[in-house]
Amino acid sequence: MHATKAAKGLLALSQQEELVDLPTNYPLSASEDEGDGDGERKHQKLLEAIGSLSGKNRWKSAERSEASLKVSEFNVSSEGSGEKLALSDLLEPVKPSSSLTAVKKQLSRVKSKKTLDLPLNKGEVERIHREVAFSKTSQILSKWDSVVQKNREAEQLVFPLEKEPASFAPIEQVFLDWKARTPLEQEVFNLLHKNKQPVTDPLLTPVEKASLRAMSLEEAKIRRAELQRARALQSYYEARARRMKKIKSKKYHKIVKKGKAKKAIKDFEQLRKVDPNAALEELEKIEKARMMERMSLKHQNSGKWAKSKAIMAKYDLEARQAMQEQLAKNKELTQKLQVVSESEEEGGAEEEETLVPDAVNEAQMNADGPNPWMLRTCNRDAQEDEVQADSNELPEPVAHEFSENEGNEKPEAEEDVLLKEFEERRSLRKRSKLNQDAKPAGGQDSATKEVLSELKALSQKLSKDNRLSKKPKESPAKTVLLVQDEEPAPEEEEPLLLQRPERVQTLEELEELGKHDCLPNKELPGAAVEGEQVRRNPQEKLKGKKKEQMISLQKLLTTRTPSVTSVAVPTTVEEQEDEGERDQKQMIKEAFAGDDVIKEFLKEKRETIQANKPKDLDLTLPGWGEWGGMDLKPSAKKRRRFLIKAPEGPPRKDRNLPNVIINEKRNIYAAAHQVRVLPYPFTHHQQFERTIQNPIGSTWNTQRAFQKLTAPKVVTKAGHIIKPIKAEDVGYQSSPKSDLSVMQSNPKRRSKHQKQLKSSID
Amino acid sequence: METAPKPGKGVPPKKDSPQAKRKKPWRYWEEDVTPAAPAGPPRKKARAREPRPPRSKGVRGAPKSHFGRKPQAPKNVSDRKKPRRTLSGAQDPFPGPAPAPAEVARKFCRIDKSKKLPHSKPKTRTKLETAEAQEEEASVRAARAELLLAEEPGFLEGEDGEDTAKILQTDIVEAVDIASAAKHFDLNLRQFGPYRLNYSRTGRHLALGGRRGHVAALDWVTKKLMCEINVMEAVQDIHFLHSETLLAVAQNRWLYIYDNQGIELHCIRRCDRVTRLEFLPFHFLLATASETGFLTYLDVSVGKIVTALNARAGRLSVMAQNPYNAVIHLGHSNGTVSLWSPAVKEPLVKTLCHRGAVRAVAVDPTGTYMATSGLDHQLKIFDLRGTFQPLSARTLPQGAGHLAFSQRGLLVAGMGDVVNIWAGPGKASPPTLEQPYLTHRLSGHVHGLQFCPFEDVLGVGHSGGMTSMLVPGSAEPNFDGLENNPYRSRKQRQEWEVKALLEKVPAELICLDPRALAEVDVVTLEQQKKERIERLGYDPDAKAAFQPKAKQKGRSSTASLVKRKKKVMEQEHRDKVRQSLKEEQQQQQQRQKQKTAKPTGTRPSALDRFVR
Repeated sequence: MHATKAAKGLLALSQQEELVDLPTNYPLSASEDEGDGDGERKHQKLLEAIGSLSGKNRWKSAERSEASLKVSEFNVSSEGSGEKLALSDLLEPVKPSSSLTAVKKQLSRVKSKKTLDLPLNKGEVERIHREVAFSKTSQILSKWDSVVQKNREAEQLVFPLEKEPASFAPIEQVFLDWKARTPLEQEVFNLLHKNKQPVTDPLLTPVEKASLRAMSLEEAKIRRAELQRARALQSYYEARARRMKKIKSKKYHKIVKKGKAKKAIKDFEQLRKVDPNAALEELEKIEKARMMERMSLKHQNSGKWAKSKAIMAKYDLEARQAMQEQLAKNKELTQKLQVVSESEEEGGAEEEETLVPDAVNEAQMNADGPNPWMLRTCNRDAQEDEVQADSNELPEPVAHEFSENEGNEKPEAEEDVLLKEFEERRSLRKRSKLNQDAKPAGGQDSATKEVLSELKALSQKLSKDNRLSKKPKESPAKTVLLVQDEEPAPEEEEPLLLQRPERVQTLEELEELGKHDCLPNKELPGAAVEGEQVRRNPQEKLKGKKKEQMISLQKLLTTRTPSVTSVAVPTTVEEQEDEGERDQKQMIKEAFAGDDVIKEFLKEKRETIQANKPKDLDLTLPGWGEWGGMDLKPSAKKRRRFLIKAPEGPPRKDRNLPNVIINEKRNIYAAAHQVRVLPYPFTHHQQFERTIQNPIGSTWNTQRAFQKLTAPKVVTKAGHIIKPIKAEDVGYQSSPKSDLSVMQSNPKRRSKHQKQLKSSID
Repeated sequence: METAPKPGKGVPPKKDSPQAKRKKPWRYWEEDVTPAAPAGPPRKKARAREPRPPRSKGVRGAPKSHFGRKPQAPKNVSDRKKPRRTLSGAQDPFPGPAPAPAEVARKFCRIDKSKKLPHSKPKTRTKLETAEAQEEEASVRAARAELLLAEEPGFLEGEDGEDTAKILQTDIVEAVDIASAAKHFDLNLRQFGPYRLNYSRTGRHLALGGRRGHVAALDWVTKKLMCEINVMEAVQDIHFLHSETLLAVAQNRWLYIYDNQGIELHCIRRCDRVTRLEFLPFHFLLATASETGFLTYLDVSVGKIVTALNARAGRLSVMAQNPYNAVIHLGHSNGTVSLWSPAVKEPLVKTLCHRGAVRAVAVDPTGTYMATSGLDHQLKIFDLRGTFQPLSARTLPQGAGHLAFSQRGLLVAGMGDVVNIWAGPGKASPPTLEQPYLTHRLSGHVHGLQFCPFEDVLGVGHSGGMTSMLVPGSAEPNFDGLENNPYRSRKQRQEWEVKALLEKVPAELICLDPRALAEVDVVTLEQQKKERIERLGYDPDAKAAFQPKAKQKGRSSTASLVKRKKKVMEQEHRDKVRQSLKEEQQQQQQRQKQKTAKPTGTRPSALDRFVR
């Protein structure tokens, strides 16, 4: 019963193990062959043992065996237990063979085995297969990616594909590998090489070249001697330097340093006497060093050494001294040099007396080496000064600068002269600024000037006309007043001065204009009160007004100014002398005739601007939601509400060009020839434009460049078979196994895959 | 647009100066380089470019030009490879590619890199890079080919303190060689009144039209008369068509076309009372300005009138063409100059140039400068590059009635019976109107002016006939043999004619900025995009809206999704605001900078801030 059970178990085991492919030399039959009784019992035991291996019935069997034999009244016999057969005992006589270990392994595996899982359903399995196959294929194909990429980006593809375009080399390089083989060849070559005879061109042999280059004997001797001497000197200096470097005495070094400093000062003094310019440069160098020092922390007691000394300083007098020395050094280096001599000092003294703000001085100093940071502030200050102070203050810093430039050693008298000169020059300049327009000499110039002023007046008038239409009440009076204000103003503000003479004229003309336009003069006094208010802060108003007019007016004027500066008549034309008078008259006449021209042009411009403006859409319905009638207009609120404002177009190209009307209309006929679709890789039209800006036609390119620019993208040779690309073609080693088909036709690998997949799914 | 020099296009170099530098080729086995003296044989066709100094007057003809090229030294010796030793011991003395002067190459670069491009994807970037590489290569090649432009322009230079304007034509004629001297001549034709004249595009032929009906065409170099007729009607203007075989004559009533035998080919009655003629060679358009105030474009290749534009400014008697963009400039009696294209009914630009009527207009060959003169006796030079502002101006005692620019930018003005020529400092610079370069007095009042192309000659038609005067340095010394070949044979001319007709530019392409044609039509593009969006109902190019990722453990609730979406939206908004603020700030800074911008002398040192 027991045995059968065990056998059954074994059978079941073997059945199970069929799956695992048991090896053929399974040693089951060996134990069965033993024939005797003891053998039979042992066999029984073995069976039991084997059966017990399966875990389930081990405990049971032990219980059974005890029942009949092993229970004695005297003692508990240990026979049965002592004789208990272990699997290892069984296997001991047999040599440990590979087959047995395999069995062991299989047994252990069988032990751990559970029941089989259900196979996955077909669809899922296929999906998994597909996934695996896809990843595999894509991996295989990915090696082509770079090739495809390269071919797509290639400027030109030539089919059938060639492996290596044969690059041509100069014939000499080709023959580099060639060797003389036949005796005759060798002989010839020997001869040639012995003489180092060049083979091709009528070259000179190296020997000849060398001889050409060679010097005469004396020359060579002299040169050799020179070289020798130089070498000796160098070694001597090197040795000396090494020796000096090795000296550890601090005192010595101190002395050396001091000596150097003294020498430097002495040199400088001498230089100052001999060559002031060079001395100045030297000074600059010192100044630079000072700057560097100020910038760095070199002697600020902040270094490693200084810190260590600081710790010691409390106790060590020497350390303290060293620190102080360093600080002193710093001070010395950062101290501003006072060498700049008397003139500068004088200047300084004057400075204190005249109480000129520092900034002014700074500005002048900076004039040497302009410092943008400083300059800006200074200029502002200077401007303020100009407004506030009189001219007698200002020349001083200029002179100061001047003296600096001259080399610091001017005697006082000379300086005074200079100062005066400067003052004069300044005043002159001022005057010239005042009547700059009047300055250019010649009758016709003045005529042109008049023309100019007229122009200005006209444009001013026109711009005012514009505003008149908007603000009919206030502006005329205001503008007139403003112009009146300008007359006293110029004394204060220089920049405004430039246009003074014209402005006076404009005032008169403006008044005339006022009459022309039939402006009610009664309103003027009323406005005058306002005007007085305005006058309190005339500067601000002026500025505001200037800003408004600047664009249109100034530009128009600048178009005329060059004619003023133009130089006198050509030499060859003789008639003009007699015509001088007539000329002027004509000019004036023409100027008057021209009034209309400008006015008309500005009018035309305004009209075109108006015409090209996008129109607002008014959707108000009179009488809708309120009373309607003959004289009733829809309320402002309604109008505002139902007015759809047209979006403001792009700014006109001629908005800052008063003398130009530029047509804003598109040339649709030309636009029909333009590209209107962005090709693929481009996302912005500017990118694409950049690629088509370079002309490719032969008109604009040399022949070679033209050919290259217009080369076809794909070239095929006629009559050649174009085979598909192979791995060898692009430098890969192709193996048939790496192909797709191979993978699919291999069932073993497939089953393995299956298993892996299963385990992974579990 | 700068066209590439055409090396070796058929013709041998036309005229080279006697002093032309011909360096002895340097053999690499020679150690020291000593350029030998030029050993070129004296040329037959030397022009009046380098007048030798007449002892008394002191005209100095320098053997070397101001604008002469420097010997091109290899730019970077270091990166050139060491020459490889060969079997013979000879080595390549010029390894690597041939050097190209960078500044010359820059001239041929056409990609405008000033604009910053929006960020581009890698694929786009490669395209851009290839475009740039191509440009560079093409420009380098063109620069290298410039070596073949062997001719150099001549010039006149006074000894120190001497005014070149005082040099007379006779002096120049004395100084130059015989061939060049022969180019100075006077035609005494007092009978048929003031003459208009026109040179053909090759500069070889000359057409003369007398007010009293005298029409003549001649090969002026050889002085061979091609035809001479009297049309028995007042001749207003005369102009060659695309080649010297056809001649347009604006007569009192209608426009006539004659061939070079003087046979009347056409009478174009749709162009009546024509006062001025201009021919646009690349478009094959004959532009006529009439007394009736119409600007008419006649396509001479098909014989059709392209457009007739009404200028609405009365009689048109001042016309010039801009050779750069084929825009016609008309001067009006109200002091304005208007610019016209056949594709647009209104003037492209209208500029107020003078206070009086405009008397003459001329545009320089690069299309950069326009010279105008008006009744106010002013002569002005305007910048045509967008601003139309005067660059310089001067008052002339009588005012100039006729103006013309030469190929190299010299400006001539005819005032009464005097002709003044001004030169600029360089080729691409406007003439300075201070000192005239040359002056000349004629026997009659000037009626027509033109510089001869490719010859240093100025033709002046006046009431006493015609004068051909020598103006050293006026013309382009190198010609393009395929384009304008003065020495072409009949066959070559026919060949060229066919090619030119094939390359004819449509009339509607004339616009102010011809380079604008190489731009994308943004308006249409935007429009199409908008339409597409409307059609599809969404913007396919737009960035997809943020879709929050699904998260686990209850963090993907609707509320949290909304919250996350909102966060992203806010972030984007913040970025946008930040961006706009930044831009605004930058603009403000720029404005400030412009305000405060002032010239600083030397460069400030970083150390200056420590100056106390």
